[in-house]
Amino acid sequence: MTPQVPVVELTGIRKSFGPVEVLKGIDFSAYAGQVTALVGDNGAGKSTLIKGLAGVQPFDEGLIRFAGTQVELNSPLQASGYGIEVVYQDLALCENLDIVQNMFLGKEELKMGTLNEPAMELQATQALTRLSVRTVKSVRQKVSSLSGGQRQTVAIARSVLREAKLVILDEPTAALGVAQTEQVLNLVQRLAQQGVAVIIISHNISDVFKVADQISVMYLGQMVAHLNTKSTNYDEVIAYITGTKTQEGVK
Amino acid sequence: MSEKVASTEKVTSLASGHEGTLGDQVRGYFARVKGGEMGSLPAVFGIIILTLAFESLSPFFITKLNFANLFVQAAELTMLSSALVFVILLAEIDLAAGVTAGVAMAAFIDLVKTQGWPWIPALIVAFLVGIAIGSVIGFLVAKIGVPSFVVSLAFFLGFQGMQLVLLGEGGVYRVEVPAILAIMNKNLPAAGGWILLFVSAAASLVLSIWDRRRRATTGLVNKPFSIIIIRLVAILVLGSFSVYYLNLNRSQGVIPIKGVPIVLPITIVVLAIGTFVLDRTRFGRHLYAVGGNPEAARRAGIKVVKIRILAFIICSFLAVISGVFHASRIGSVDGSAGHTIVLSGVAAAVVGGVSLFGGRGRLAQAAIGAIVISMIDNGLGLLQMPAGISYLVQGGVLLAAATIDALSRRRNGVVSRS
Repeated sequence: MTPQVPVVELTGIRKSFGPVEVLKGIDFSAYAGQVTALVGDNGAGKSTLIKGLAGVQPFDEGLIRFAGTQVELNSPLQASGYGIEVVYQDLALCENLDIVQNMFLGKEELKMGTLNEPAMELQATQALTRLSVRTVKSVRQKVSSLSGGQRQTVAIARSVLREAKLVILDEPTAALGVAQTEQVLNLVQRLAQQGVAVIIISHNISDVFKVADQISVMYLGQMVAHLNTKSTNYDEVIAYITGTKTQEGVK
Repeated sequence: MSEKVASTEKVTSLASGHEGTLGDQVRGYFARVKGGEMGSLPAVFGIIILTLAFESLSPFFITKLNFANLFVQAAELTMLSSALVFVILLAEIDLAAGVTAGVAMAAFIDLVKTQGWPWIPALIVAFLVGIAIGSVIGFLVAKIGVPSFVVSLAFFLGFQGMQLVLLGEGGVYRVEVPAILAIMNKNLPAAGGWILLFVSAAASLVLSIWDRRRRATTGLVNKPFSIIIIRLVAILVLGSFSVYYLNLNRSQGVIPIKGVPIVLPITIVVLAIGTFVLDRTRFGRHLYAVGGNPEAARRAGIKVVKIRILAFIICSFLAVISGVFHASRIGSVDGSAGHTIVLSGVAAAVVGGVSLFGGRGRLAQAAIGAIVISMIDNGLGLLQMPAGISYLVQGGVLLAAATIDALSRRRNGVVSRS
């Protein structure tokens, strides 16, 4: 066990959609400076868990502790107030805006009531530089002219800019080629090295083994295993995901 | 200069598009045009071609009188297409913009003529009517989720009835307010035109230098100063020519008519404020964001519903200004005002380079598009072509512009997926 206080700690989380119980008492933690992978098959409840953490779809029951204190997450604004940033699978960038504009979207800096473009450009450049991003040509490029990997980079860098304490990445490499996947995974590790707690959702188990420190496995709305990447292996994780293995033993 | 020092101290490795010589900037511009960001370039070429064509076909096209007429005709359309830009940027449409103006002016004339109100409070009420209509349309679109095409079509039909109710069947009321009539029919004194030009040029220069200083003090690179000089010279040359030409007597009668039409400074001020709001305020940025990707905007914490409603309110408000221009030009208010102009307004915006897909476009582009549409109307009229031909040509130009828009969008898409 990691001794420090987790950045986020969920206990007994439940969520139903009508008669369907999607989350059946989930316990989950993520620690600063660590990458925690959340894996599970389609329908296991990963997205529902993430949406709850993002404040998009509040949980029905359960405790949420943020840095040790109990909180409520009922809106995206509340979540981002605590420093929770979600990088969605479908990216959520505006193609018609440039990189700087996207990174500051909704958090624009003002000076005398008008947009403070130089300050935003400088900070965006610094954030990208801190993550050693060198793949983009210009920070004033329109996002429509960026590749999938570059867009993912911008989306992740945005969370750094906002001084997020917890960054949730939903399938960050799903649509990417080999080289771009490598770049994004490196970026994820650099993000954690900055002291951020990173939760990564992925179907690609080999990606998970490359970046994650902890692996949490969900199966049909339950958290079936919390594994340390170093003391587990590919087959064990797959067995938990497919439900052929449970904490009690092999079925 | 201190800017140079700052640029050498720059430690970051990422470019911002401000680097390089004038040549680099020009090459960058052409690269963007090639990449599909054409802006109003096609429309500017359109203006040049139309000018050459009409000039060779009609001896009346480039005359002092017609030059002034063009400004006056285009002003009304510019105001309406600028109004529409605010909703088109959201990939929405307001087909009721024209009749909104019509209803507001009907309310105005009703208050002045039959209720005996002074004109200023009546005009304020007219604008409040516009704001109210915009709020209702915006509410139905943004909050309830009725497609804007349908909502505004319903208002388009309904308000034609409202105009008739307010003014009576076949009612035509003369506008007898000198201040309103002056907008389109009176001109600035000669010195006023020059002051307008130099104030505009100075404002543009001061704003550019202000921006450069802010970038420099932050430690960022600036574009070459020569760009500002070139733009300033362009404004001064085009502006001086226009002011000089408009200051010549264009009357065919005994009483001289000369000077810059009063509508011009009003239009410039409204466009400048609108452009400032779109480019430099948080609201403007959010408007573009919602137009580009509403879901992304929502996730970024932008109040999408509020932005949408505000856009419709601004659209209706500016539409009322175009209604005032119309009443001033025609000299009367009747039950059919604003029925046909709205489609020309959409056409003008699209021809100028505003994307119907949302998220791309500027007010200046709407103005350029409005000049193209007005030139077609005006030029074909001078050639004594039937009105049918004018509509056919306008339709063709709109189709061409919308096709260019779709193609450039597709090209953009291809680039992004590579």
